[in-house]
Amino acid sequence: MNWETVIGLEIHAQLATKSKIFSSASTTYGADPNTQACVVDLGMPGVLPVLNSEVVRMAVKFGLAINAEITMRSVFARKNYFYPDLPKGYQISQLDLPIVGQGRLEIHPEDGESRTIGVTRAHLEEDAGKSLHEDFQGCTGVDLNRAGTPLLEIVSEPELRSAKEAVAYMKKIHALVRYLEISDGNMQEGSFRCDANVSVRSLGETTLGTRTEIKNLNSFRFVERAINIEVERQIELLENGGSVTQETRLYDSVKDETRPMRSKEEAFDYRYFPDPDLLPVTLDDDYIEQVRRTLPELPDDKRKRFISQFGLTPYEADVLTASHELANYFECVQKISGGETKLTASWVMGDLMGALNKAGLEITASSVTAEMLGDMIKRISDDTISGKLAKQVFNAMWQGEGDADAIIEKKGLRQVTDSGAIEQIIDDILVGNPQQLEQYRAGKEKLFGFFVGQVMKATQGKANPAQVNIILKKKLTDF
Amino acid sequence: MYKQTIASLSDGLHQGTFSSVELTRQCLERINRYNAQLNCFITVTEELALADAREADRRLQSGEAAPMTGIPIAHKDIFCTDGVKTSCASRMLDNFIAPYDATVVASFKNAGAVMLGKTNMDEFAMGSSNETSFYGAVGNPWDSTKVPGGSSGGSAAAVAARLALGATGTDTGGSIRQPAALCGLTGLKPTYGRVSRYGMIAFASSLDQGGPLTYTAEDAALMLNVMAGFDEKDSTSIDQAVPDYCAGLNQCIDGLKIGVPKEFFGEGLDSVVGDRVEQAIQQFEKMGATIVEVSLPNSMLSVPAYYVVAPAECSSNLSRFDGVRYGYRCEEPVDLMDLYKRSRGEGFGAEVKRRIMIGTYALSAGYYDAYYLKAQKLRQLISDDFRRAFAGVDVIIGPTTPTTAFPVGDKLDDPIQMYLSDIYTIAANLAGLPAISIPCGFSDGLPVGMQIIGAYFKEEQLLNIAHQYQQETDWHKQMPEGFS
Amino acid sequence: MALDRSDVEKIAHLARLAVSEEDIRAYTCSLTDILKFVEQMDSADVVDVTPMAHPLDAVQRLREDEVREVNQREKFQSIAPQVEAGLYLVPRVIE
Repeated sequence: MNWETVIGLEIHAQLATKSKIFSSASTTYGADPNTQACVVDLGMPGVLPVLNSEVVRMAVKFGLAINAEITMRSVFARKNYFYPDLPKGYQISQLDLPIVGQGRLEIHPEDGESRTIGVTRAHLEEDAGKSLHEDFQGCTGVDLNRAGTPLLEIVSEPELRSAKEAVAYMKKIHALVRYLEISDGNMQEGSFRCDANVSVRSLGETTLGTRTEIKNLNSFRFVERAINIEVERQIELLENGGSVTQETRLYDSVKDETRPMRSKEEAFDYRYFPDPDLLPVTLDDDYIEQVRRTLPELPDDKRKRFISQFGLTPYEADVLTASHELANYFECVQKISGGETKLTASWVMGDLMGALNKAGLEITASSVTAEMLGDMIKRISDDTISGKLAKQVFNAMWQGEGDADAIIEKKGLRQVTDSGAIEQIIDDILVGNPQQLEQYRAGKEKLFGFFVGQVMKATQGKANPAQVNIILKKKLTDF
Repeated sequence: MYKQTIASLSDGLHQGTFSSVELTRQCLERINRYNAQLNCFITVTEELALADAREADRRLQSGEAAPMTGIPIAHKDIFCTDGVKTSCASRMLDNFIAPYDATVVASFKNAGAVMLGKTNMDEFAMGSSNETSFYGAVGNPWDSTKVPGGSSGGSAAAVAARLALGATGTDTGGSIRQPAALCGLTGLKPTYGRVSRYGMIAFASSLDQGGPLTYTAEDAALMLNVMAGFDEKDSTSIDQAVPDYCAGLNQCIDGLKIGVPKEFFGEGLDSVVGDRVEQAIQQFEKMGATIVEVSLPNSMLSVPAYYVVAPAECSSNLSRFDGVRYGYRCEEPVDLMDLYKRSRGEGFGAEVKRRIMIGTYALSAGYYDAYYLKAQKLRQLISDDFRRAFAGVDVIIGPTTPTTAFPVGDKLDDPIQMYLSDIYTIAANLAGLPAISIPCGFSDGLPVGMQIIGAYFKEEQLLNIAHQYQQETDWHKQMPEGFS
Repeated sequence: MALDRSDVEKIAHLARLAVSEEDIRAYTCSLTDILKFVEQMDSADVVDVTPMAHPLDAVQRLREDEVREVNQREKFQSIAPQVEAGLYLVPRVIE
């Protein structure tokens, strides 16, 4: 049987505010346990929540960026359940009237077709604390520093059809929240994570199969792995006449498997109701317009512009607009290089990103600045260095040996463009290799490459390859 | 001194006739003498009180004093007091030293008032007789075999027996007005949002409101001047200017339009209580008011609606008491579930558990619409009734309670009978309206209370009307025998 | 709506309340009575009525995004049942 995969993602993006969603405690990551949990975060008796204005602004900004309906009167609700890292015994979230309603997003999966994915909603909520399961006298330790950190939960429609699409969607949201500067998107620190709802059905079927929810996926690779493994598991179950149980599962990256979560075994009844401690959040058109004016150029617009303005391929445009830092870097190099768009794209996507990946660095931490790379590309286009030698220059810049011009000088990498000098070198080589010359003249034209190689060897690669070609051709026929 | 009002004692303090330390000592002595009998205090903060009093005397001498400076009062044990046990009369919080001050507590500190201690109450404010307290029942100073009312029963008994000059209370369904009525006091529940709820341990968030219990309306005005006001820590606090509640007390009430809801005088109302309230209404007529019959057709459904809304909110509000960060934890829990269930099962009393269960049920999947949503709709209808009535009248007057103080133990095993003792007070909470209860006579030696309900933010008018009535009558000046 | 003991057990579990056998019986009766009592609400016509969540028609006020709290862990944990290394301890939880 042919199976179709149906995936919906719930992405939790931590909003980059200074203070918490309902208290004035700091949200800084990495503090000593419970030093950033104030009376409100600890759920002390008698405390009350007051909403952070930045949280609202950031949610609206996101909503506008995905062309969503902004709810002019949204409401907070309590989601009731008991867990040690949930101090009040309820999480303040939004149910019926989330601040961001239906929106949409275009994704461009690698080797796949671009598709528009529906975003059902995005709502505000508070994060829980952390349970540390290392052994403390046989107990679990609870750190409530994270309790009350603002989250935007972005819920997609079940419209993703493969793990690859899910990853493309998640990357798109990741890029977007960082473009908008509403989340740092730091996945190691848990600022950006997702739950995946996964089900399968036979191709052509219109109703959804029973889904499982894989919790707390905090890397793109894990999302892809976990979904693929879960899809395989479900298909195998169904093909052997079994059925999928609706449950919450955890992805174990070490064992590379998903398994049911013990703590979520029982059926939950969250008893949602409007939080009586908070009033409806109302917005007006002026406010929305004010936020709209702060929107930067969005990834899709930038992508389109990169294609039309720079003549990049859709693939190149995708890669280069993946983050606004990278896009800015590209544009800066392109400008300094004097409009060498293709060359810039190939250097940024090739050597630069290769070096960054190898070193595990973000573009913002690159030791080769956009100015340095732009200057180097300028030297390629004005024939000061060859493309081949430029790699040496780039590596030296990466190692911190200075800018392109200094390295070219220091290492004597300037290209030889004096045709007299090149002619002299070629003459010497032809004289020194009579046998090969004989064979070439007898019709073994492959040997042309041999002579080019000899010239380059003699000039330590500094001869201008185009000039070498022309002169060599002429000499071989005339000699 | 203890027989005087806050207003006259404040004058004495400002004139230097006596000191706050002297006044405070007298209150502490009376607490020592009578508290064993009444059980109205859970905690007496003698040393803190004397320190407060000494500081108040310094302020009085240096001319930095406010009207409440040096006045000894008590706080209901539902208000968090930094460094002082705040139990909510529950085993759950028997060991809880609050790490911060409620806004109301901080306001009284800033005003220079002296805190004598924390008063007994129904556990988590759930009750109408003060019998659900972990620390035991409170005696009614008028008759120790009778309840003082609840949930602010300790505050009411303390003030009625003159152990404190005034006390704070909270009112979710009548918890200030009902004990005020049963103990012969003036008790005011302000408009929802007028007094900050920050630091007031929540029972039902959309209904709870703090207010004063005092001998007179004038004293209530003095206390409300301190309590009322916008608080940025409470999202439901209303940012609206606070008048000087004392300023309007002496206005003439000639021409006042009083609405009398016929529904408040029907079946279930004790005939003597009804007579006393009618006599009070006649008194207002003599004072120049006109009486208009009004109808609040949905108000009789306020008790059923309340017993969905309040338990629903309480079931969620009380989830934080889980034995993890503070409060009671059961002995040697075997696992997390055991920790939760036994800490909560042992830490909460029977009525609190009953309400948590009702609320849990009313919010649970499949029942939300039939209970919670319907109750919220009913709340709208009850509120609309008031809106219509206030289009034609200034205030609404009726009895505060259907009967005078009932015998201890009488309704403890019959929750519904207990709930019905708040039948006239609950509607004001559901609508969020201000209401005051003042003494208007006696029945068999027990005080009878009359309730005056006002339009939103009309506390000033309620206090004015109550004060004018108290100029013409002396019910509020009566003292229970045995405490004078 | 009449509740039976399994309903009450379910509710008590949801609310995380240990209730003794004996008390389950008593709660079954009193909760049933209370539910019957509140069902008087059914006599009102509430079709087309907007539910009222708050007494006043006010809207949420927004706070400036400022850090104003300082670390008071020691004070807060002095009233905690069990702490170690700054963490609140609970019986071991397995995910």
